[in-house]
Amino acid sequence: MNVTLQVWRQAGPSAPGGMVRYEANDISPDASFLEMLDVVNERLMAAGEVPIAFDHDCREGICGSCSLMINGVAHGPNKGTATCQLHMRSFADGREISVEPWRSRAFPILRDLVVSREAFDRIIAAGGYISAPTGSAIDGNATLIAKDEVDTAMDAAQCIGCGACVAACPNGSASLFTAAKITHLGLLPQGQPERGLRARRMVEQMDIEGFGGCTLYGECQEACPKLISIDTITRMNRDYLRAAVAPVRAVVSESD
Amino acid sequence: MNRVQALWKSSVGKKAVMAVSGLLLVAYLVTHVLANLLVFQGPEKINLYSRLLHGTGGALWVARLALLAAVVVHIVAAVQLTRRSQVARPVGYAGGRRPQVSTLASRSIRWGGVLILVFIVYHVLHFTVGIVHTSFVEGDPYHNVVAGFANLLVVAFYELALVAVGLHLYHGLWSSGRSLGVSQPSPRPLRRQLAVALSLIVWAGFTVIPLAVYAGVIR
Ligand code: FES
Repeated sequence: MNVTLQVWRQAGPSAPGGMVRYEANDISPDASFLEMLDVVNERLMAAGEVPIAFDHDCREGICGSCSLMINGVAHGPNKGTATCQLHMRSFADGREISVEPWRSRAFPILRDLVVSREAFDRIIAAGGYISAPTGSAIDGNATLIAKDEVDTAMDAAQCIGCGACVAACPNGSASLFTAAKITHLGLLPQGQPERGLRARRMVEQMDIEGFGGCTLYGECQEACPKLISIDTITRMNRDYLRAAVAPVRAVVSESD
Repeated sequence: MNRVQALWKSSVGKKAVMAVSGLLLVAYLVTHVLANLLVFQGPEKINLYSRLLHGTGGALWVARLALLAAVVVHIVAAVQLTRRSQVARPVGYAGGRRPQVSTLASRSIRWGGVLILVFIVYHVLHFTVGIVHTSFVEGDPYHNVVAGFANLLVVAFYELALVAVGLHLYHGLWSSGRSLGVSQPSPRPLRRQLAVALSLIVWAGFTVIPLAVYAGVIR
């Protein structure tokens, strides 16, 4: 099959960028979207041109590296899949396809379609963990967790941190990402001691990074390759607001 | 930084403030629409209601100030959050971003809000202060309504603004529980049906009045 690509090309973080047209001919309909880009790149290199830079790693939807805005939709037209799981048969032959990087101030473009998602790392570093003493592993069955809670925690834990939620959000909000982490850890018994502090710190960091607020458009859950629900955002809000009004432990000696 | 400041500074806290102030304003709108519908029962009832309200003296002003405060914080938070969103994506998508699931109500929430603000200012000058009214009579709301909706342009503006109010209410109502972190997960949540019902009632209740006056049903 043949498609026409309009690809965002940008030589470096501060270089000016623009859309460039490429004809991708004789592409197998069974090729993944990234394999199609590989073919285009091989031809570019053979012609002595600079190949299109794009992020990828596992190519099976589990690492969260791939990140393309395809025809204005994060990860392309199919629901619940990452760009690496999208196949060319999803497009009509002869179709024009626009390919752009995620657009967010917090995700600066490094080159072409590659953006830095370090802002997500900093949100995780602010509280997306459980502090536990290391040492010999404890018996896995020692802590029982209700099935419902495990399932909801696991649904949220599916987040691969790709950033599609930010890319698809009209507000450029990272609420779904942050909320997925807060939900995942906040539902497990090991996550309880730091639950309030975690929500506060992660939400604060999300704001510091310059992401937008949440207006509950719902675009993020539609774009999410792991179909994470905006119910997680409700949980994040609950944990954050509770922590914000919870009494602080203070040691005071009230004088008369 | 104290807690109130921290809450107000955060995007989640601001949305909570918007939810609370918004719900307060919706509660007011419900009483407002019910009272307005008295106009269908002739001049006595609605004018009596108006006299009762004004007879409460201080309480009326306390309510007015509370509503004004709710409007102000709602708008300040909205403006700041809108600004935050604009800054969050300084360069947009060259090929455009295609909305997948967001509703018209959610996408029109900001511009609809601006229209509602303009409308509120006009509406207060029209029926409370009376300076943009052609024959305003203090203490005779029945007459003011009948005379106020004699002009087709005025009626059209009210009807347009009320569509914005209805859409604004629908999105605000169902999403406020989420902003406050109280909504429970559900595939067919009751909050959506409640939001549809309440916004339809408020919209329809207000909408029929200018139309009824213009059509001569109320005169
Ligand atoms: S490349 Fe790993 S998720 Fe797509």
